[in-house]
Amino acid sequence: MRLALREVLLAFRRAPLLAVLAVTTIAFSLYAFSLFGLVALNIRQALRDIEDRVEIRAFLVEGTRDAQVEELMQGIGNMPQVADAGYVSPDSALVRARAELEEFRDVMEGSFLPASVELRLKDGSRDPETVKEIARRLQTYPQVEEVRYGREWVEKLYRIRNLAGLAGSVLGAVFALVSVIIIGSTIRMSILARTREIEIMRLVGATNMFVRLPYLLDGALKGLVGGVLAVALAWGTSTLVTRSLLETRFFETSQVLLGIAAGGVLGLLGSWLSVGRHLRQVWRDS
Amino acid sequence: MSGIVRVTNVSKEYPRSGMALRGVNFEIAKGEFVFLVGHSGAGKSTLLRLLTMAERPTTGEVRVSSFSSFSIKPREIPHLRRRLGIVFQDFRLLPDRTAEQNVAFALEVTGTPASQIAPKVARLLLQVGLASRATAYPHELSGGEQQRVAIARALANDPFLLLADEPTGNLDDRATHAIYLLLREINARGTAVLMATHDVAMIERAQQRFLELDKGELVFDGTDVLRLRADMRGRK
Repeated sequence: MRLALREVLLAFRRAPLLAVLAVTTIAFSLYAFSLFGLVALNIRQALRDIEDRVEIRAFLVEGTRDAQVEELMQGIGNMPQVADAGYVSPDSALVRARAELEEFRDVMEGSFLPASVELRLKDGSRDPETVKEIARRLQTYPQVEEVRYGREWVEKLYRIRNLAGLAGSVLGAVFALVSVIIIGSTIRMSILARTREIEIMRLVGATNMFVRLPYLLDGALKGLVGGVLAVALAWGTSTLVTRSLLETRFFETSQVLLGIAAGGVLGLLGSWLSVGRHLRQVWRDS
Repeated sequence: MSGIVRVTNVSKEYPRSGMALRGVNFEIAKGEFVFLVGHSGAGKSTLLRLLTMAERPTTGEVRVSSFSSFSIKPREIPHLRRRLGIVFQDFRLLPDRTAEQNVAFALEVTGTPASQIAPKVARLLLQVGLASRATAYPHELSGGEQQRVAIARALANDPFLLLADEPTGNLDDRATHAIYLLLREINARGTAVLMATHDVAMIERAQQRFLELDKGELVFDGTDVLRLRADMRGRK
C-alpha cells in the first residue's frame, strides 16, 4: 500500500501537467453537473414555494345560509388532505379585490362578489390527482356553485418539474461518462508511459492487484480532488449569483460529500476500466 | 524422479504466423544446466514463453514445478514467476533506477519486508560481481554489467529455475564468457538453468546437454556437439 502511494506521487511528479489536466477536466465535468444540480435544486425549491400557494376555491350559491356554510366547513374539516380552510364573505372578498387590484378600486362597489371557501392542502397532497379528487368532492355539496383550482397551472408545474428531473439525469449521465472517459485516457497514457515497468513487475511475479493498485488509487485520488474543486467552484458561483442576482440555495453538507464521493467513484471506475484493458494489452505485446 | 520441467507433446500455433512449435517433448531435472539452440524463428522464445506461462500451448502440456498449463489460473501465474528467474538479451532494466534499485524493485513488488531488501540486494550484487557499481544507472554500465544486474534481479526471489533468452546476444566475447561462467556458478549453487543461445562455440566448449529446435521441432536432445555443428552449418 505504501509502495502504491509512492507510485502515485511518483506518477504525479513525472507528469504533473497530465495530472493537472486530468483533475481540472474532472473538476469541470462535475462542476457543470453540479451547476445543473443547483439549477434543479432551486427550481424545485421555487416549485415548492408555488405549490404552497396552490389552493382550491369553492364559490357558494348566492344566498347560502350560515348553517349551510357551517355544514360545508365541517365536511371539509373531515378531509384528511386539507391543511386549512377559511370562509370568505362577499364583503371581505370585495376588500381583498380592492387591495389586490388597485387600478380597478373605483369600479368595484356593492356586494357583487360571491361568498367562497378557500382550501389549502397539506404537504404531499398537492399533486394533480388529489387536487382533482378534492374538487370533485366539493362539487357534490349543493351549496357549492363552482370549484376553481387552476387545474392547468398545477399540471404544468408538475410537468416542468418532471422535465427538469429528466434533463438532470440525462445530462448527469453524459457528464459522468465524459469523466470516466477522461480519467480512462489519462490512466491509459500513464500505463503506456510505464509499459516497461509493468512488464518487469509481471516478470518477477507481482500480483495483478499489486500492478493495478497505483492506477486505481491514482484515478480515485484525481476524482476526489476534482470533486472538491467542483464543489468549490459551484459554491463560488452560487455565492456570486446570490450576491448579484437572486437568492439561491446551495447543496446540503450530505449532498456536498456525496458529490465529492461521486468524483472518487467516477475516477475509480474510469481507471478500473482502463487499467484492465491496457494491462492486458501491455502483457500481450511483451 | 520427474523433472522440475516437463514438456509433453507440446504444439503452439499462432493465428497469423502458423505453427511455432510441433510435438515437443523434454524434461529438465532439478539443478540441471541445459542449452536451448536453434536459429532465430526456430521457436526458442515461444518455448520460453510457454515455460513462464505467458502463453498456453495449443495442444500438449507444459508442467513447471507443480504448475500445469492445463490447470493454472491467471492469479496463480505470479506465484510461478516468483519461483522463476528470467533474463533477456535486452536486459530489460529500468533506465531511471540505479543497479541496486533495479534489483530491489523485484523484491518490493513481491512484497518482501522493507528491512530485508537492502541486505539482500547487497548480497545479490556481490554474487554477480557488481558490488562496487550499486549506485550506477544502466546507461553508466557496460552491456555485460547491465546483464549482471538483470541476473541479480532474476535471482532476487531465489528461483529454482533460471530461464535465459539469449543473455549474451548483445555482448562481446569476453563479456559473453563471463556471463556464461556466472550462470554456471549460479547453477552450481543448485538453480537449474535453461539458456537459449545460437552461440555454437560456447556449447562446444561446455560439453553440456542441449536441446536443438528447428522450425518448431525438437530435432536433437543430447550432448553430441559434432552433430550440432553440422546442423547449424548446414542450415546457414
